[in-house]
Amino acid sequence: MHATASNVVSAEQSAEAARNAKDSRNDVLFGWILKACALLVLLALVGAAASTLWLGQDAFRTFGWGFLTSATWDPSNDQYGALVPVMGTVGTAMIALVVAVPISFGIALFLTEIAPQWLRGPVSSAIELLAGIPSIIYGMWGLFIFAPFVAEHIKPWLMNNFSADPPDGKVSLLVVKLPWIAKFFSSEYAFFGAGVLTAGLVLAVMIIPFISSVMREVFQTVPTRLKESAYALGSSTWEVVWDIVVPYTRTAVIGGVFLGLGRALGETMAVAFVLGNTFKFSWSFLETGSSIASTIANQFGEAQGLQKSALMALAFLLFVVTFIVLLIARLMLRRMATKEGR
Amino acid sequence: MSSALYTSRRVKNVLAMIFSVIATGIGLLFLAWILWETLSQGISALKPQLFTKITAYREEGGLANAMVGSLILNTLGILIATPIGVAAGTWLAEYSRRSRLGPTIRFLNDILLSAPSIVLGLFVYTIVVLPSKYLTDGAVTFSGVAGGIALALIALPVIVRTTDEMLRLVPGTLREAALSLGVPQWKLTLQILVRSARSGIVTGVLLALARISGETAPLLFTAFGNNFMTFNPLDKMPSLPQIIYEYTKDPSPDINVLAWAGAFVLTMFVLALSLIARFVFSRSKVSHD
Repeated sequence: MHATASNVVSAEQSAEAARNAKDSRNDVLFGWILKACALLVLLALVGAAASTLWLGQDAFRTFGWGFLTSATWDPSNDQYGALVPVMGTVGTAMIALVVAVPISFGIALFLTEIAPQWLRGPVSSAIELLAGIPSIIYGMWGLFIFAPFVAEHIKPWLMNNFSADPPDGKVSLLVVKLPWIAKFFSSEYAFFGAGVLTAGLVLAVMIIPFISSVMREVFQTVPTRLKESAYALGSSTWEVVWDIVVPYTRTAVIGGVFLGLGRALGETMAVAFVLGNTFKFSWSFLETGSSIASTIANQFGEAQGLQKSALMALAFLLFVVTFIVLLIARLMLRRMATKEGR
Repeated sequence: MSSALYTSRRVKNVLAMIFSVIATGIGLLFLAWILWETLSQGISALKPQLFTKITAYREEGGLANAMVGSLILNTLGILIATPIGVAAGTWLAEYSRRSRLGPTIRFLNDILLSAPSIVLGLFVYTIVVLPSKYLTDGAVTFSGVAGGIALALIALPVIVRTTDEMLRLVPGTLREAALSLGVPQWKLTLQILVRSARSGIVTGVLLALARISGETAPLLFTAFGNNFMTFNPLDKMPSLPQIIYEYTKDPSPDINVLAWAGAFVLTMFVLALSLIARFVFSRSKVSHD
């Protein structure tokens, strides 16, 4: 009697021990599977950098540092230099930032301080809708609608006022006084809408929702007490925003701007049509050009040998630069999050 | 207080308000402009053959093969990215508390989220398309599978992030209650945590789907494109964004019109998806409160 009971107990105990062992084995296994999946994220980033560097090594070896400084991109003679695409990428991204940052700031200001409550939800959803539109649609709209608009309305005005060779024939006083300005506003084909400026403006529209939503979110984190103290001292809304909200959220705002910059640098489809895809070096905003991403999209399909390698090398440059920009962005946004105690 | 100072502060404030309203107006104007052009140009180009004929007929054709291709590619992308992304997100939220690797991966995942998609496409070209020539006697083989993997790489960080965030919202008492009953951690994770964060995770998957449906760049050198109908994922595969890209570049206005029709279908699909995602998410929020 006694013996059987202890047998049952020990049988139960051993069954439990076996189950515990199995559970802990499964737990460890499960943990490893999950960890392996998480490591894939790391692998994707490292792999993207390594694979483009690996296939781009021919170009880096052939041209050395000259790859970065040469403005020649000549597939017929197999000579490749990254300067024109790099300048195009940086130039379009800079124009995009110059236009998008103040507008995004205005939108964030409107959504957090000015608009009546009932308007905030719909307007911020509408702005976020802009972020949902596929980039290829931006590209189409840019090519068929916006580039002709630029050619008809914006470009003639800029050229009349700032270029040495204006369509209306009268060189403006400004250009006579400061002739170096004309260098940035010349254009070989005045009637042509595509160019660095057009691409930069399309990119600006694309990145506005990203920057403005970051700004709006961080503006909302400013403690109400802080703002109300300033109001109580007699500040105007603008003074509260400029002297309280902006200093409080500075790092995160810069982070949001860098996030937009990262997007603008890597964007392919929105600029592929409106940049013109030419490889002549120029300082002018109104001239056609090319960016790293648009060059890859346009040429990689037919590229062979050294050209393919040069395109891979371009991709590597783009990846490294956007990685650094996004790294800075995330670090700044994270500092903001720590400050909030999240 | 001098009245000149008072006036200048007032003027500054009013100017800032006006600037802010104009900035918002500009943002909304561009949204309306882009949507309006896509709608008006797209609707006038809509015709039944769009959905029944393939692109091989050019002007007389439609976009049926591109839509089927997009459907297959997106499905492949989501099928690959969802299990990996949910697993990785779960690891970040539940298992990485004491490791330094966790915050690093979370940080890098945020970078991958905005990494240039064309470079990710070239990465998949290098690891999938190029090696596949050893299987096919030297011919470079673009394929639907390669396209699906490229899209999965873009969907992955979206799913990882939402899963991670949603799981961290699950109250700790739920974990403690389950663990105190002797439930092993894998069972707790799969049957309790993932389940209670389900609608949030579904939102992430839908957002990822919306994101990859509009992607063109990573498909150019992976799925490549095809003017015929194909259901074989090992074949070159067309997709809606890629056909829009080709048709926009085309010099013929008749072909451009088809590109607008495609743009309309794509935009409607993507916007509907993000609306559904938002709806699912708002419902999930209500149930948590």
